[in-house]
Formats: sequence, C-alpha cells, structure tokens
Amino acid sequence: MLTQLIITGISIGSIYALMALAMAIIYKTSEVPNFAQGEMAMVSTFAAYLLQVSFNVPVGYALAGALLFAVILGMLVEFLFLRRATDPSAVDLVVITIGVQLMLQGLAGWKFGSEQKEFSFPVLDSDTISISGVIISHLNILTIVTSLSLMLLLFLFFKYTRLGIAMQATQQNEMAARINGIPTNRIKSITWGISSFIGAAAGILLAPVATLDPYLMWDPLIKGFAAAVLGGMTSLIGAVLGGYMLGIIENLFGAYISLEFKSVVAFLVIVLALWFRPSGLFSKHYERKV
Amino acid sequence: MDMKRDYYEDVRLLTSKTTAVWLTVFIISVIAYPFLAPNYHIYLVNLMAVNVIVALGLNILVGYTGQISLGHAGFLAIGAYATILLITKLSFPFLIAILLGGLIAAGFGFLLGLPALRLEGPYLAIATLGFGMAVTQLIGRIPLFGGHMGLQAPALEIGPILVKGDRGIYVVIMIFAILMTFAARNIIRTRVGRAFTAIRDSDIAAEALGVNIAYYKTLAFALSAFYTGIAGGLLAFVLGFINPHAFDLILSIMFLIMVLVGGPGSILGSIIGAVLITFLNVKLEAVQSIPVLGDLLRAFSIEYMSLSGLPNFSNVLLGLLLILIVVFQRMGLYGIWVRMKIYWKTWPF
Repeated sequence: MLTQLIITGISIGSIYALMALAMAIIYKTSEVPNFAQGEMAMVSTFAAYLLQVSFNVPVGYALAGALLFAVILGMLVEFLFLRRATDPSAVDLVVITIGVQLMLQGLAGWKFGSEQKEFSFPVLDSDTISISGVIISHLNILTIVTSLSLMLLLFLFFKYTRLGIAMQATQQNEMAARINGIPTNRIKSITWGISSFIGAAAGILLAPVATLDPYLMWDPLIKGFAAAVLGGMTSLIGAVLGGYMLGIIENLFGAYISLEFKSVVAFLVIVLALWFRPSGLFSKHYERKV
Repeated sequence: MDMKRDYYEDVRLLTSKTTAVWLTVFIISVIAYPFLAPNYHIYLVNLMAVNVIVALGLNILVGYTGQISLGHAGFLAIGAYATILLITKLSFPFLIAILLGGLIAAGFGFLLGLPALRLEGPYLAIATLGFGMAVTQLIGRIPLFGGHMGLQAPALEIGPILVKGDRGIYVVIMIFAILMTFAARNIIRTRVGRAFTAIRDSDIAAEALGVNIAYYKTLAFALSAFYTGIAGGLLAFVLGFINPHAFDLILSIMFLIMVLVGGPGSILGSIIGAVLITFLNVKLEAVQSIPVLGDLLRAFSIEYMSLSGLPNFSNVLLGLLLILIVVFQRMGLYGIWVRMKIYWKTWPF
C-alpha cells in the first residue's frame, strides 16, 4: 500500500518535477520566475492536438512538431516581451510573464473554447505492469523515465558544454559575461527555448491522463513552481527532488490524513520550508550586501 | 512648479485651489449620479468603487512598500465571508461586522507578512499565491462557509435604516470609498507612509536610518489586507451572493493589473486603474455587442478561432495591456498624466 502510494506520488511528482525544472533553468539564467510556463506548455500541447486532428499528421511527427513549436514559442516570448523591458526590476519581469500567461490563456480559450478535448497518445495509461504487487502504468513509467533523463541531460549540459557554462555565467553576472564575449541575449533566448521544450514535454505527458482544455496546466504550474521554490530555484537537482517530494507528500497526505485538503497541503509545505530555509532546501542562501 | 516650501505644505490635504475645485465637482457628481443613471450603471459603479478600495490597499503594498502579492483575492474572500457570517450567525450590526471583517483580514495579512519578512521576489510571489489558493480551497470545503454553493448576503441594515437596491448600496459604498481614499492619502504622508516608501526604495538604507523593517513590512501587509477585507464585505452586498469560485487567482491578477496600469505608488493612479480595468472587464465580457469591433471579431472568430471562445478575447487584450504598460510606461496611466501636466505647465519650453 505504502509503496503503491509512493510510486503514484512519484509519477505525478514527475510532472511537477518537469515543470519545476523548466522554471528553474529560466530562473537560473535570467532570474525570472516564469508564470507563463504552464500556458506555454498548454499551447504546445494544443499544437500537437491540432497537428493530429486538423492536419492528420501521424502521432510521432505531431509530437515532434509540437516540441519544435514549443522551442520557437519560448524563444519568441523572450524576444518579443522580456527583452523589450529596459532595466527591469524583479517585479516587472514577474508581471510581464503574468501578462504573457493571460494572453496565451486567452488565445487558447478563444481558439478551442473551454470544452475538453480527447488527446491521443501512443503510450496508454490503461496498460499496466505489476512489479511485486505494485501496479504501475506504462505512461507513468515513461513520465518518470523522461523526467529523470531530461534532468540528467540538463545537468551534464550545464556542467560540461560551452553553452551551458555560458548560461551559468549569464546568471551569475550578466555584465561580466557580456564583457567576456558571451552574447547574453542570445543565451537567454536559447534558455527560454529549452525551458519551453521541457514544459511542453510535461504537458504532452499529462494530457492523456487529464483532459485537454485551456486550464490543463494551471495546477501543474503552481505545483511545479512550488516544487522549484521548495528545492531552491537555482538548483536543478533541487527542483526535481522538490517535485518528487511534493508529489509523494501530497499523495500520502491524501491517503492517510484527508483527501479533501490534499491540494492545500502543497502550500503548507512551501510556507513551512521557506520559513526555515528562505532560499529553498537545496540551494545556498546568499545574504544580500550593500 | 509644484515646489514644496515647507513640511506643512507637503501634508496639507488640498494642495492647490485647482484641486479643491475639481474635488468639489467630483463630490457633487458622485452625489448627483444615482438620480441620473439607470440601475445597471449604478451596479457597475458600485463594482468600480469596491475595486478602487482593493486597488488602494494593494497599492499600499505593491506601489508604496515594494512587495508583491498574488493573493489579494484571498483577503477579499475572507472579508466577504467574515462580514456575512458575523451578521447572519452572530447577528452583529452591519458596521461592526464589516469593520471586524476588515480586521480579521488584517490579522491574516499580518500572518502572511511574517514569512514575507524573509522572502523576496519569486519566493514571496509563490507564498502569497499559495495563500490565495489555499483560502478559496478551504472555504469551498467547509460546510459553515456554504461549501461550493456559497452564501447569500443578508438584508443590509444600518441601525434602523434598511438599505435597499443598488442605489442604497451605492450610498454606503461611496461613503466607505471616499473615506478610505482620504485615509490612504493621509497614511502615505505620515511617518508610517514615509517608512513604507523608504523600504521600497532601499530596505537596507531604511534599516540603517532606523526604520523597523519587520514592523513596517508586516504593517503594510496588514493594512493592505484591511482595505481588501472591507472591500470584500462591501462586495458581498453588491453581488448579493458569494461563492469561492469568484475569488480565484485571475481576480488577484486583475487587482495587480489595476495597480500597475493605473500607476504604482499613486492614489489617483489606483482609482484610474480600478475604474478602467473594471470597465474593460465588464465591456469585454460581452465583446460581441460592441459596435464595429464586435462584428469584426465575430467574423474573425468564425473564420480562424471559435465563436464560443470569444469572451476569452478580454484576457488577450488585458495581458497585452499589462505587458505594454510595464515595458513602456512603468508609472502607469498616472505617469502619462503627470508628463502631460508638466508639458503644458512649462509649455513653450
């Protein structure tokens, strides 16, 4: 029973982890908490839906197309909106992403209405395997594997590639990075592209279980954000672990204490965690100096 | 121009004769309005006035103290539910109930202010957002609060007078709105208000000058929540019926839009923002019925989008407006107004 709960917790936690990861990499390079992340993922998932239904593209190509669309969308959002702000404060950037979120939500609602769509996906949630009594669906396995491998890839990317190191430099000190010849604007665009890609992966993996409508990513966005904050916005591993922890805690709380208040527990955990560690569990806390 | 020569000039309620004239004109039109306008417009103005109170409260926190809140719909819900329950369950008189409702919201504001002392930027945003979501989730699940069905507002009685209809509520709301506007304006110019702006401009410098950061930050949260709680109590009577779904995250975002579009750090800006955004929201919900634009949008929707999703157009427009304001006009509409004033006063130079 307990193992089963933890496993289901991990699979929903994987979605949170992917969203958290997507937000953390944007935060890592440009210090923007991206409130539009969920809507970017939702719109990309709709792109996959549209390719399948309206243009009769085979599933595999449709998914690849949607992921490509996500990359372009992320870069466009950065280029069109974020880059336009001159000398923005942290609050300004948050507000711009909220504006983007409203716009994307409105556009998706306008195009698709609010009725729920059927999203077809090659791996099914109803196919299950059982490992020593614990039942797990193929889709859940795919979700867990995807989140873990994306995390690993990103970790290696940030540590060992030139682009990844340039991204870290941009985050630590943008001015110094530019002086050293790093095109920080381009770096930020690429970061938004990668982040949007990861978010879209979360959306596509969630859509077959949930129902596809313009509110698809509301809950995952907020939980993913909470997970990223829990783990520390600047730590990739922290963000992913935060996602898993949140998924597990939520599931255990729902089963043993109260199913009614399950969705509230996430925020309780966040407030408590931030109370003791204001920069999250896994990242270093820097006191600001004059 | 507008140079202040001494302290008393700065704290004076009316800064010039022009202000006094315009204020008199404004107050006379507020009094005359219910005699001239049709019922539905009165309802709309009531809604605007309630939003003005919220925008003032949020501006104290966002514009003057430099914090961020994505949870003000939560305070609004607390004020609304507290006021109704105090009247129906404990049979308190209206005025005491609404003040207590505001104070209860302020208490929650103080509690939310405590973790906010240690949090900045995204961390504060998620904490306040979580608070707002948690409030509506909890209210929706507790039977005392009417669950998802919500609560009916009781009859509005002040002493022996029974206040009826939109016109009656209009009077009550306008008195609250005007008093609270003056209160906000005065608070900003006292020691407390100056402490708020000092924290916004540089908290480290403020602390070095002896401003008690913990005290004033929590005070800003509590004060902001008090304003919003009172607005919630009034909103319950404007709508006549409240349920938890009315107080969602989008509403908190709308409040933030009001403050930022109107002008952060400005009383007049809060009023402009609240009135404009409320108006836009109500008009854009029925965008089809606007002449010319409505027809164009309908044709466009049938061709490329969907007709049933057309009400979502308002989100597209508001989102774009928000981005444009932050990118091009950080001081909001109030900033444009000030620039125009300076231009004409100094004209041909």
